[in-house]
Amino acid sequence: MSRRHRSGCAEGRPVTLLLLSIDFDKARSAAVFLALWALCFGQPARADGLVADLTSHLIAITTGFTGSSVVLFGATDGPGDVIVAVRGPDREMTVRRKSRVAGIWVNTQEVTFANVPSFYAIAASHPMSEILSPASSSFYRLGIANLRLVASTPAPSVVVDAFRSALEREQQQAGLFSERIGKVDFLGERLFRTTIAFPSNVPTGTYLVEVFLVRDKDVVGGQTTPLVVSKVGLDATVFEFSVRQPGFYGAIAVLTAIMAGWLASLPFRGA
Amino acid sequence: MQSSAQRQYLAGALDSTMDIYLPIAEVSLDVLVLLGLGAAVGFLSGVFGVGGGFLLTPLLIFIGVPPTVAVASSANQLVGASVSGVLAHWRRGNVDFKMGYVLLAGGLAGSFLGVWIFTLLKRLGQIELTISICYVLLLGVLGGLMMVESVRALLRVHRPGASRRRLHQHTWMHGLPLKARFRRSRLYISALLPIGIGFVIGVFSAILGIGGGFIMVPAMIYMLGMPTSVVPGTSLLQIIFVAANVTVLQAYTNHTVDAVLALVLLVGGVVGARIGTRFGMRLRGEQLRFLLALIVLAVAAKLAFDMTVQPADLYSTASERG
Repeated sequence: MSRRHRSGCAEGRPVTLLLLSIDFDKARSAAVFLALWALCFGQPARADGLVADLTSHLIAITTGFTGSSVVLFGATDGPGDVIVAVRGPDREMTVRRKSRVAGIWVNTQEVTFANVPSFYAIAASHPMSEILSPASSSFYRLGIANLRLVASTPAPSVVVDAFRSALEREQQQAGLFSERIGKVDFLGERLFRTTIAFPSNVPTGTYLVEVFLVRDKDVVGGQTTPLVVSKVGLDATVFEFSVRQPGFYGAIAVLTAIMAGWLASLPFRGA
Repeated sequence: MQSSAQRQYLAGALDSTMDIYLPIAEVSLDVLVLLGLGAAVGFLSGVFGVGGGFLLTPLLIFIGVPPTVAVASSANQLVGASVSGVLAHWRRGNVDFKMGYVLLAGGLAGSFLGVWIFTLLKRLGQIELTISICYVLLLGVLGGLMMVESVRALLRVHRPGASRRRLHQHTWMHGLPLKARFRRSRLYISALLPIGIGFVIGVFSAILGIGGGFIMVPAMIYMLGMPTSVVPGTSLLQIIFVAANVTVLQAYTNHTVDAVLALVLLVGGVVGARIGTRFGMRLRGEQLRFLLALIVLAVAAKLAFDMTVQPADLYSTASERG
């Protein structure tokens, strides 16, 4: 089974502290900020919302890492539905399309998307279309279809759409995009929990876990929590060394290989 | 509906003890699969004296290692595998060091030109296609020639009273200046010949990202006329340096050498190489060449097939790290 790192900060935190954590993690979604703003300083009716936290704020990638999961849990101030969205750091991705040239399949077209989340998972207590209006889904960028992917390659929108759906398909196959409807479980009316699973190829970086409280097809409250995915131990050391001292790392890799080759031939000597 | 993330997660949870996380490739793979891969490729390199990079790299990509990391890490693995291979052949007196160094001098010069061509092709796009076409042409022609020759040799052995083939034909190549004696190979030829061959192979190995053993071995046998017994050890000697050069360059420019992956492959590889070396000693030269021709042709056929068959998904995605 995966490791679940239980840290001390497991219990629900006061809402005011959450603004700080957003600030530190450079939340890019203004919508979340607005939701929080409404949550903290809005009218009394909106100040009610939810409190949530993760069992761990660190996914530690060690040598035996085969994927991991964290549990998100919390409480709402009353009936309502909960949507949880997890976003990894953005990265640039290029999608290429092959076509046949003289009997051979060749990459002929490509579209580059500048800001593809390296990981995106969404879970909700009920199907999204039943609990949230399309306008709100779009505004809060909830769901894979509502991600703002900007094509940095000039191309007709029909072409971009086709490339975008190919990108979504591949990311889903790699386990990096997922939509898990009905995976937020309520214990009674107010307590909820869900498990966020990360595959072994999970990209490293600072993730944002956004939790939304939904009533009458609209977002009425929300909270954002950071989650760090990081290499630790030997793997982190090897990785950092390879980036900071690339020439030295290469030389050591070669020397290690030579030593290994030499050592491996020793037991056979004279045999 | 079960997402692939969940499936992957469940599969990982079932046999998590056998998996190892590779820090540069950034994926977890089964140690046993990696060891087996290393051993199989090591066996080939022991038998034939080819580095096996042309098999290892596609196989690594197939099991989920990013292509750029696969290319660079197989080069790293090749260094170790070749060292243990050379040591094994050296103990049996089957390494022509002089020939190896002369080939290497040409090879290093050629790899500079190769890197320049590689950069040019990359700027023009279509580097992948160029690599595939180069592979198919090279492997197809070499494999075909070797196949024809070795089958003839095999038939000749079974035919009683057949005339023995001369060690090598004398052509214009032997009229070149700078003659040198290569005692181990029992040759007295112009040093320009191995330098030229090394140069051409250096160019190709830089473009294709391989040690060049599968081009080197036939060239040594058919163009230089070296005895088959000396070929694997001498070829591996040359591969050590070419692969070490590639490893350092890749680590320095692309940060794509996964030393952990290379080490795991090596553990399997050295065992396979030792077994392969012994196995190779039992085979006659023409049998060895026939088997190598078969493997080379099979790889060429597979690559040619892949290029012409419609891929399951026309789209492919890549992040900036490939």
